[in-house]
Amino acid sequence: MRTWIEKQKYLIDFTLSSLARRKVKNLGLLLIYTGIVFLLASVMLFTHALRREAAKVLAGSPDVIVQRMVAGRHDLIPASYLGKIGAMRGVQKKEGRLWGYYYDPLRKANYTVMVPPAATAALVAPGRIAVGAAVARGLGLTVNAEMYFQSYSGKPFSSTVANTFSSESELVSADLVLMSEEDFRTLFDYPAGQYTDIALSVANPQELRNVAAKLAGRLPDSRTILREEVLRTYESIFNWREGIVLVLLSGAVLAFAIFALEKASGLSADEKREIGILKAIGWETGDVILMKFWEGALISLTAFLLGYTAAYLHVFRLSSVLFEPVLKGWSVLYPRFELVPEVDGFQIATLFFFTVFPYAMATIVPIWRAAITDPDSVMRG
Amino acid sequence: MIELSGIRKAFNQGRDNEYWALNGIDLTIPSQQVTAFFGPSGSGKTTLLTVVGCLARPTTGRVRLEDRDISGLPERFLTQIRRRTFGFVFQQFNLIRGLSAVENVMLPAYPLGGEWRPLKERAEFLLDSLHLSHRRAARVEWLSGGEQQRVAIARALINDPKVLVADEPTANLDTALAKGFLDILETLAAQGRTILLSSHDPLVIASSVVERVVKLRDGRIVEDD
Repeated sequence: MRTWIEKQKYLIDFTLSSLARRKVKNLGLLLIYTGIVFLLASVMLFTHALRREAAKVLAGSPDVIVQRMVAGRHDLIPASYLGKIGAMRGVQKKEGRLWGYYYDPLRKANYTVMVPPAATAALVAPGRIAVGAAVARGLGLTVNAEMYFQSYSGKPFSSTVANTFSSESELVSADLVLMSEEDFRTLFDYPAGQYTDIALSVANPQELRNVAAKLAGRLPDSRTILREEVLRTYESIFNWREGIVLVLLSGAVLAFAIFALEKASGLSADEKREIGILKAIGWETGDVILMKFWEGALISLTAFLLGYTAAYLHVFRLSSVLFEPVLKGWSVLYPRFELVPEVDGFQIATLFFFTVFPYAMATIVPIWRAAITDPDSVMRG
Repeated sequence: MIELSGIRKAFNQGRDNEYWALNGIDLTIPSQQVTAFFGPSGSGKTTLLTVVGCLARPTTGRVRLEDRDISGLPERFLTQIRRRTFGFVFQQFNLIRGLSAVENVMLPAYPLGGEWRPLKERAEFLLDSLHLSHRRAARVEWLSGGEQQRVAIARALINDPKVLVADEPTANLDTALAKGFLDILETLAAQGRTILLSSHDPLVIASSVVERVVKLRDGRIVEDD
């Protein structure tokens, strides 16, 4: 065993010096290889993390939302609709919700303003608000600080920050401002007896479709949105966008495949001569193949690690600057937010299989061909 | 002792350009002797050395090493025998460019997987014995022809082989360096090594170090003294 380990050390040592001797070729290969892994890993990490964020956001959202429509557009829903819905089998709870967006022209920022559900209404007493981490950060707010708004009636409006909160998902809480119902109605000049929408809780997921069908009958001017429908919409949007990027990248991947095959398979005359010498001085065919295997493994693993790390930093530290325009960019997402690092083992394995494995395969055959040449070829010059 | 019987070796067998480099060689090479294969270009000297040194298998005929028939062994076993028994000094030296002298010397021992420190010490000892210790860290392409050959000799000796095989060792050397090589040969012969040379250099053939000259022509032995 010790001999085997020593032998591998010698082979790796020789491989490293061999790589160093062909600096230009190998650095070029490493650079392109790393670039490809970086691009693919960036798309994968980004879309995966975004999906998880969306799932987290939606996990806390109501089972069914009822929105009143006027001429095909979402309108305020009167409190009387809660009565119209009446008692319905399977519906555990029904509650009018108040939420909206407040644009801060000074900061050029959009906040999501919400009234917490009745069960947690105690979080914010009238005159006090709770703000998300990004809002607090952006405005330099601490507890007991004052936050100023311009109300829709034109009067200035201020609230004291009761607390700031963060969540495991920035997407959930980053731009959130929670306030009491009274303050909300004052700020937006919101008509009494009206809600933004109505949220229903349904205990049994099997009942959801029945509940939706009954609601459609009882409230013909309203639409019902099931959580699973929102999830599905998000999924298809992410898949579609990821698909577009992957199609765009496929050209680059193909170019890399050709490049790798050419570089890996086309052993130079110098390399062939070297293999001949090694065989003549007592290296077995297996030793030569093993040495070349280490060479391929070192290049591909280094490229994989560098590319993946760069992609990780790109996605989770630099907010995916390269892909933002394609992959983010719809109105419900905020201009800037940081994704929570999320790495999926299966995804790494897939990427590894599609980048490292083909390269290793591409190198083995030509090396095997060169390695089985007769050792006396060196003598024959 | 190495025994060759009925050795024939063909290249490109069965094709239009089939060529028989060796045409029936019967020869016994005793241990601890310096034997030179002498002959013009194309006479089969180098091919004979490759067959004796387990670098190539004969097309027909038998090679026996210490009473063991090795002509039919698979490549893997042949390589092991070659690694332990033979050390080679090639005509073009065949050192690996970009590596230092000492690294080149150590190369044949890598597949054996011995410890690094003793191996390095042995490589340095060999370079020192060939008066090259001051050049041990130099890359081989920076060395002169004579120095390169001494590195090649050190490399051939790293696994302490019983037999040293040198193909046209003086072909790329001037007279002074050729004489220097013969001096090294004398030292190695005195250590009890079997030495096989191929050469068409009269200086080598006339040297007192060479105990036996086997003359070849057209793949056959024409004189043996």
